[in-house]
Amino acid sequence: MFHTSMSWADVIFLAQGAWMTILVTVISVFLGTIFGIFFGVLRYQVGPWWGAPVTFVLDIFRSIPLLIQLVLVNAFLGIVLRLQISGFTVACGVLTFYTAAYCSEIVRGGIEAVPFTTRRASRSLGLTWLQDMRYIVGPLATRVALPSWIGLALGVMKDSALVYVVQVTELLKSTQILITRLQEPLFLLTIGGLFYFVISFPIARLGGYLEKRWSND
Amino acid sequence: MFSYTFQWNQALARLPQMLEGAVVTMEVAILSMVLGIIFAITLTGFRLSGNKFLNGIAVTWVEIARNTPALFQIYMAHFGVASFGIHFSPFTSLLIGITFNNAGYLAENFRGALKAIPDTQTRAARSLGMPAIMAFNNVILPQMLRISFLPMSNQMVWAVLMTSLGVTVGMNYDLYGVTQDLNALTFRTFELFAIAAVIFYIIVKIINFGARLIAARLFRY
Repeated sequence: MFHTSMSWADVIFLAQGAWMTILVTVISVFLGTIFGIFFGVLRYQVGPWWGAPVTFVLDIFRSIPLLIQLVLVNAFLGIVLRLQISGFTVACGVLTFYTAAYCSEIVRGGIEAVPFTTRRASRSLGLTWLQDMRYIVGPLATRVALPSWIGLALGVMKDSALVYVVQVTELLKSTQILITRLQEPLFLLTIGGLFYFVISFPIARLGGYLEKRWSND
Repeated sequence: MFSYTFQWNQALARLPQMLEGAVVTMEVAILSMVLGIIFAITLTGFRLSGNKFLNGIAVTWVEIARNTPALFQIYMAHFGVASFGIHFSPFTSLLIGITFNNAGYLAENFRGALKAIPDTQTRAARSLGMPAIMAFNNVILPQMLRISFLPMSNQMVWAVLMTSLGVTVGMNYDLYGVTQDLNALTFRTFELFAIAAVIFYIIVKIINFGARLIAARLFRY
């Protein structure tokens, strides 16, 4: 009924691509979130004026196509500085800052959602700034920020499909390599798309559920 | 400091070609946005219709658009449909891919906006004698578009950024495609792509600024 010339070696090849996608995503989201929290708190603490340089730099990552960011950073490191840096490192580095740019926005929004009176109350109870952040702002801001953060993490996973441009063979690239060889585009693309969908869909649903569950109304 | 000499003049000499590419990029983005909004409104209508089949189409569309990479959608529109003997030009494939993506995200935005509009408004419109379609078009739709104006401007920015993916299906006269071709010609990779980045940045800023201007003019309460 259904015939494909795909062999087991090809399946393993696809699985390696999928693994690369997951690896790049996990590293970038993990590091990007740490940077994002740092920049978000920093921007909130120093106010819009002093935070302007950070805001400006992070905004660049959101206003330029990821493809160009990757090519530019790769060219800068490789051609201008003549450093021997692997495409994998470049991909993770760019995606980390890409994540951080969006994450700092989410973190700032989360912190701003905590009523100022609540923080003032905690400080007048004698909590230090760090304690206030840790025990009062942290939990309350997480409730607001987590659904958006889940959306961001999934967005980064989908955008990681672009790292092929710095010679990282992730899932979609390995799919395309197989298409060139086997000439079965529809079948192979469906497998590739299904993989993204199977990971993304349940987590997106979880995010939607949390958003509904944790919203105040 | 660097052993590398920047040659900005060589790259800047190509600026007119790149600006022509930027016009194509804007064309694709605007077209995909207009079509995307039309499809998204249709999908929202499908969801509200109560018809299981139409609702199924809308849900499938939205979930696929939101849960797979935009690059995958463009590949599908180009290489995927080629299996059925349909061959689109790179421009068409790119447009279809981005429109599909836009429509999915916008439909989800519209759904969120609908929640903010009280149910009583539809009922009031219906009790005034309006047919269901008329109540949707004249009462709900304008408010829905107003509430989702900001997400729509964000989606417009996304559409502009997504046009750079056209190069993967052989699009060579949009901003990214032109830059890539010039790069193959001159090997000034860093300079050329830096200029392209600046052009993209300016386009995005103009969209953001324009959206804020329009919002300030349209939505004075």
